[in-house]
This record gives sequence, structure tokens and C-alpha cells, in this order.
Amino acid sequence: MAKRIDISGLTAYYGSHKAIEDISMTVEPRSVTAFIGPSGCGKSTFLRTLNRMHEVTPGGRVEGKVLLDDENLYASNVDPVTVRRTVGMVFQRPNPFPTMSIFDNVAAGLRLNGSYRKSELNDVVEKSLRGANLWNEVKDRLNKPGSGLSGGQQQRLCIARAIAVEPQVLLMDEPCSALDPISTLAIEDLIGELKERFTIVIVTHNMQQAARVSDRTAFFNLAAVGKPGRLIEIDETERIFSNPSVQATEDYISGRFG
Amino acid sequence: MSHASTAVQERPTPPGGHGAPKSALTSRSLPRLAPVGFAAVAIALSVGISTAAGWHSKVQWGMIAALLFLAISYVATTVVENKRQAKDRLATSVVWVCFLIAIIPLVSLLWTTISRGAERLDGYFLTHSMAGVLGSEASGGVYHALIGTLEQVGIATVISAPLGLLTAVYLVEYGKGSLAKAVTFFVDVMTGIPSIVAGLFILSIMLIFEIQPSGLMGALALTILMIPVVVRSTEEMLKLVPNELREASLALGIPKWRTILKVVLPTAIGGITTGVMLAIARIAGETAPIILLVFGSQLINTNPFSGAQSSLPFYIYEQYKVGEAASYDRAWAAALVLIAFVMILNLVARGIARWKAPKTGR
Repeated sequence: MAKRIDISGLTAYYGSHKAIEDISMTVEPRSVTAFIGPSGCGKSTFLRTLNRMHEVTPGGRVEGKVLLDDENLYASNVDPVTVRRTVGMVFQRPNPFPTMSIFDNVAAGLRLNGSYRKSELNDVVEKSLRGANLWNEVKDRLNKPGSGLSGGQQQRLCIARAIAVEPQVLLMDEPCSALDPISTLAIEDLIGELKERFTIVIVTHNMQQAARVSDRTAFFNLAAVGKPGRLIEIDETERIFSNPSVQATEDYISGRFG
Repeated sequence: MSHASTAVQERPTPPGGHGAPKSALTSRSLPRLAPVGFAAVAIALSVGISTAAGWHSKVQWGMIAALLFLAISYVATTVVENKRQAKDRLATSVVWVCFLIAIIPLVSLLWTTISRGAERLDGYFLTHSMAGVLGSEASGGVYHALIGTLEQVGIATVISAPLGLLTAVYLVEYGKGSLAKAVTFFVDVMTGIPSIVAGLFILSIMLIFEIQPSGLMGALALTILMIPVVVRSTEEMLKLVPNELREASLALGIPKWRTILKVVLPTAIGGITTGVMLAIARIAGETAPIILLVFGSQLINTNPFSGAQSSLPFYIYEQYKVGEAASYDRAWAAALVLIAFVMILNLVARGIARWKAPKTGR
């Protein structure tokens, strides 16, 4: 059920400002692909173009192709709502719905899409919470508000919410940047388990994290201040961190950047 | 302010006996209740000065006391503590004095209304109309006006709450470009419309189409006054909902309209309810449209769609105009009923806001 993503010639704008330019790459199914690069180089923007969340930002528009197993997400008759059910997303800051309980948060995707059988709901919630390694911590308080959990638990709740709708691809935008090392470890272990079932793309500022969790790593950079971000190179994570083919990648990874 | 509770303290002597250097971190400070003492001294002085000078105005007494209080606390703190503490104390004192000045009219208004209104307010007053009661008679009641207010305000709310809510949703979630700007501008303009103008607008329509006065016509004028208030407050509440929640919902593949209905509105419902209740409180006290459009009546008319009705503010005005002792009593009692009505609404709104507010418990 995991799908391959082929991106070709992708350019994204905020109004008249070009944020990323001419990006082409392939994201392999059942693997973790990490995006690294300095702040403002368009990693998050690029990630958001992969499930059509970029156009939610006022003025956001995209040129180019994103093929999800040969289907172009930006074809004219594609409904962005369906795309987002196929390509899930976890955000930088944990954002559980404050009016809903833990159970309702996980069930939100199914309930609000209206496509579920009542008998299934309990099973789906349990399976998703187990999948997010959160079940044992919350099974006795499923009807308590989700905002009462700790930051790391909230983030795992958001992951459970995202995988409850059974997406093909999971996009993670710096999912650990607001968390402590222990919670980060829990999430990283989880990513390792989830890649058996999903295609995972993760944006991170933490290069050790990219080295730990990912199979392939893509390095993004700005040509100059004010210029759009570009993909510098993408390769096996081991190669990127040991013997990258572009000097700029090596400079960034070894901290000699700029 | 320090937490010391005794009078002006000695600097604590560090162990080591006399002559040892005193701690740099402690200093003399005034007791915690010093401001109460300053206030008592200021009031006593002001009473003394005013009686000596033969002034009678209580307002003058109060102002002298307030100024003395500020001066005494500043000087005393400068002497005992230091300049910085004195400035702090002065600012705190100014805040207190302003708070008291603001609270005096409010308490006085409530006190007068309750003490004078309670004389006539009873079961009989609430359940009888003014039918066949002479102005000078100490009987009659407010039932017909209460019915009128409830029906007119109710109809106005039923019309303007959904309209205002949807307008605010449009402005925050969908509105872009010149149309949204125009709507915002006209909502702002409408917020400032005097109630008599709204009344005249509906009156002109009534004259064109030859419609007779009724509760509905008054309710329509109240609607014009209520919509902008609902739009404004709802808009502010919707803007407070974090964008992250909308994105989280959209990223789950939930359509935008369901996101608004199931995520955005529930998150803001507490504030929206409070806004609607405040709008109701605003229109419940309007008199001008009622005089023009509902005409006023001494009789019970439970049908808001035909015939003249009364309303609480109109009843108060009417009873005051009669000018008899008995009618003054009725006016005060009706004012008390109106205040109680608004207060109950506010309590209900607070209850709903607390009940529906995003939960934070563990």
C-alpha cells in the first residue's frame, strides 16, 4: 500500500515570491527519506507541496508534477481532499484538537470524513494508538482531553491521528523539534516501525537524526540570500554523511557551512 | 512590596555580632497592610480639612482623600524604602484609585435600582399587565412588557445570530479581496448606527408597504443593530483559533466546510456564545425602535406578528412619564427586571463558555 513519489520540475510560489525552484527527485516506497538544509531553504514548503497543503497558504501556488504511482497530484481533475487522505501529515508543533478527547482525536479523520462503520471505530483507534506506541499510556483515559497529555505524547497522538486514516505516505515536518531527547527517541523508534507500512518523508534540522532514521537523505540549499531554494543532491544516507558528491553538502554536514 | 507583617523593620543583623557588614540584599520595608493605613489617614485628613473649611460636597471630600492617599503613600515610601519602591507604590495606588472611581457609579446604580425596584417586584407585578390600571394606582404589572421584550429580542436573535455567524465565517475563512474588505467596512459602519436611525429605516418600509406596527417590526430594527455586534465578536473569536488546527484537519483529508463546522466553530463556541449574549444585552435595552415601530400598549399581546406590544425599556419610559409615585415605583421595578434579565443572560453565557471551552484537564 505504500507508494512511490516521483517529483519533476517542481516550483512553488508564495504570491510573486518563488520559494523553491525546479526540484526533481524520487521518494522510494517503504523507506524513510530525510530532508536537511539550512532554515528558509524551502524544505517545509517542498514537503507541503507533496500533499497539496501548500495551496492552503494564501498566495501559495505550484508548478510542475508530483506523481504518486504514476498519478499526477496536480492534474486538473484531482481533488486535494482525496490527495490529503492518501498523503498524511504530522506537523512541527503537536496540534491535537482541543475540543476533543484522545479517542475523538484519533477517530477524527474517519468520523469527519463520514466513511466508517461504528463497529470498526474502536478497533481503528486501538490499532492506531498501538501503532503510535501510545496505547499503553492512554488506554485508561481515552475520554480525557488530548491537550492534557505531555508534548511527546501529544505528538504521538498526532501521529496516531494521521495513520488512523490509513494513508499511503506520511509526511513529517520536524516532528521532534519541540520534544525532549526521550520523546524524540520514542518517535524515532516509531518511524522505524512505521516505514514497514508507509512511505515516510521527514524534514529535520538535526543531522544526527537524519543519519539515524533515514535511508535516503536530500540536501537543500539557497543559491544566495533572496534566491529560491534548490535541491543540491539526494543519495543514500550513508553516502551523504560519509562521502557526498557535492562540496556544499559536505560543508553543511561538517559544520563548515558559509 | 515586602511580605513583612510587622511595622518598619530593622535590618537583620547577620551572625557574627555587632560591626559586621549588613546584608546588601535586605532593606527596610513598609508592612504589607501599610496602604490600608495610608487610606485611613487620607480619609481622616480629608474629613478634617473639609469640615474645618465648611465644605459640604461629598465628591470634594472623596477627591481630596484620593489625592492625599497618593501623596501620603509616595512620601512615606520614599522616606522608609526608596525612590524606586515609591514609584511602584504610586503606580499601584493610582490603579486602585481609578478602580474605585470606576466602580462607584456601577455599585450606586445597582444599589439604587435594587433598593427602589424591590419595593414593587413580586409575583403579582410579574404576572399582571397594566390593563385598566390608572397611573396613580399602586397595582398593575410588567407582564405585557416582559412578553414583548422576550418575543422581540427572541425574534431578533433568531434572525441575526445565524446571519452574523455566517458572515463572520465568510470573513475569516473564505473572504479575500475587495468584497471581504467592503463587508468589513460596512459592518464597522453599521456598528455605529444610532438605534433611532434603524427604527426610522424600518418605519419608512412600513409606510411604503402600509404595514401596521407590531413586535416583528421592532425585532427587525433590533436585528439591524444586533448583526454587526455578532459579526464583530464572532470574527475576533474565529481569528483566535490557531491556524495549526485548521491545517491538522485539512491534512487528514477533511473537507474545508467540515473543518470549519467540526473543528473551528467548536473551538471558538465559548467566545461566540458570549458575543451573542452581549449583543442580546445591548438590544434588550433599546427604546427608540420600540416607540416608533411597536407603538406600546397596556394590554397583553402574545402575538408579535400583529398588533401593538410593549417592552421593558418602553414600559420604564412610559411609567416615568406618568409622574405619579406609584408609576415611579413601577418604573424602578421594571428596571430591576431588565437588569436581572441581562444578568441572567450573562450568567448563562458564562456557563456555556465554561462548559464548551477547550478542556485542559488531565
